[in-house]
Amino acid sequence: MSTSIEEIEEIARKCRVEIVKMVYRAQAGHPGGSLSEIDLLAALYSTRMKVRPDEPKWADRDRFILSKGHASPGMYAILAEMGFISHEDLKSYRVLGGVCQGHVDMKWCPGVDFSAGSLGMGLSFGMGCALAARLDKSERRAFVMIGDGEMQEGSVWEAAMAAAHHELGNLKVILDRNRIQNDDFCEEQMRMFDIPAKWRAFGWNVKEIDGHNMAEIMEGLDFLEAEENSNGPSILIAHTIKGGGISYMENNPAFHGAAPNDDQFKQAMIELGEVEA
Amino acid sequence: MTRMAATRDGYGQALLDLADNEKVVVLEADLGKSTKSLHFRKAHPERTVSCGIGEQNMLLVGAGMAASGYIPFASTFAIFTERAFEQMRNGIARPNLAVHLCGSHGGTHTGTDGSSAQSIEDLAVFRTLPNVVVMHPCDDVSTRALTMQLADTTSPSYMRTARNKTPVLYDDAAPGLIQIGKGIELQTGNDVAIIACGVLVSESLKAAEMLAAEGINASVVDMHTLKPLDGGLVDALVARCGALVTAEDHNVIGGLGSAVAEHIVANVFAPLEMVGVPDRFGESGQADEMLEIMSLSAPHIAAAARRAIGRK
Repeated sequence: MSTSIEEIEEIARKCRVEIVKMVYRAQAGHPGGSLSEIDLLAALYSTRMKVRPDEPKWADRDRFILSKGHASPGMYAILAEMGFISHEDLKSYRVLGGVCQGHVDMKWCPGVDFSAGSLGMGLSFGMGCALAARLDKSERRAFVMIGDGEMQEGSVWEAAMAAAHHELGNLKVILDRNRIQNDDFCEEQMRMFDIPAKWRAFGWNVKEIDGHNMAEIMEGLDFLEAEENSNGPSILIAHTIKGGGISYMENNPAFHGAAPNDDQFKQAMIELGEVEA
Repeated sequence: MTRMAATRDGYGQALLDLADNEKVVVLEADLGKSTKSLHFRKAHPERTVSCGIGEQNMLLVGAGMAASGYIPFASTFAIFTERAFEQMRNGIARPNLAVHLCGSHGGTHTGTDGSSAQSIEDLAVFRTLPNVVVMHPCDDVSTRALTMQLADTTSPSYMRTARNKTPVLYDDAAPGLIQIGKGIELQTGNDVAIIACGVLVSESLKAAEMLAAEGINASVVDMHTLKPLDGGLVDALVARCGALVTAEDHNVIGGLGSAVAEHIVANVFAPLEMVGVPDRFGESGQADEMLEIMSLSAPHIAAAARRAIGRK
């Protein structure tokens, strides 16, 4: 990997700036889950994904499926950083006719492989991509990011069981374990008990990391790609902070789906080092 | 003697016929023996995906494969396709991925399994989805022909097949006659047009015989494709007959009758009588008994034709 930890962290910082700008401009959207996932996306895209930004439909590309499709600002930010779309395109977030639809949409945005927005669907879709890759005898992988609240959808477990049954070693899942869902903390809405044990019991390779520690993220991605884990599907459980990087959004359920006001926006830009206090 | 066959057998045969296309894959949810995809599975296990009893996952696995260049044919009972309606909506219809869903054992004609297995709303719910082709063929020959054509379409589809045998109405030597989106006038008449789908096509032909004995000349149409509806044919039938009957083993709400009604109120209007399940659930019974208690059999269709003519 030629990209250094510091460089990935800078990519993530720039993405955080764009996330906050997108949601601020639209005065709507989902900053919390975008900020929790962004260190993972920055590392995945800048060091692992085999894709061609100038040829987004390249048939043998790795697939990335953002199953928690509401966290689209994070996805759009990294796609812009990688060159799939322009930074100007980011201004179209939630705007009529814009490539940056409210939830990620493969029909609208280059680099988006799945039209998400309804939770519990991306893992199944990723399983289909992984099966197709195997039939094609291709080395391409399907990476899927799911949320923790999303695991309350029963269909996630249909897919978890089926992917292990079919021994899909080319299916790699990252769980953004940010502990907050729409209405409240996950623990209040629906306790999920021992999450790693659940996935192990379904037949998956499991590793836990701090999803904001770039060195640990790289170890986690190594785990997903490791040859010894190619016997079946693998999941990286990344412990993250909802709203991570913006003090007043961190661990605050109010910023699952709410935009900052003018003062909050200025503060965020200061905290991200974009402007001086 | 008319040959009897089940439409699901035509589906199973078509999958085998399509197997030369290496992009064709079959997805099952533990009902391949019933939907007849099992023949493909036995011949091509490497291209058959068992999804267990998990219809929601099955449809989106299909979406992922379709997005990767494959042509997935997924099947289960019609009633269980409805469990995955939102997957069909958000994961398949919205991105317009050509996943082909087959729901077998549709309608009250399914019989003794009872109301839990008798889908009477599948055609309605899938008809509401943009991009989705909706079909309900009447015999094994047309089911086979239409399924074969699906492999070349770029839209997702829902096709209902039936569990029980019905008269075979087409012979194998009629290529080109059976086309997705094109209704087929099986019998030409001028007094009333009976537009039917699925198991009620043969009942409609029987009804036409009853009407002929009274001097009424009925046209009978196999409208195997509900969406896109063959509006040109409906317009022609309105112009020629001036009265319409629709006949379907499906709730009168939302199915073929509704599709025809939606068309004629926006185009050239004619009296329309709808024969269908009268907005109630079924029960256990033999197929012919179900058609009788649901008022779907030939005498009921003939009576509807007389009412339609009386409203001219």
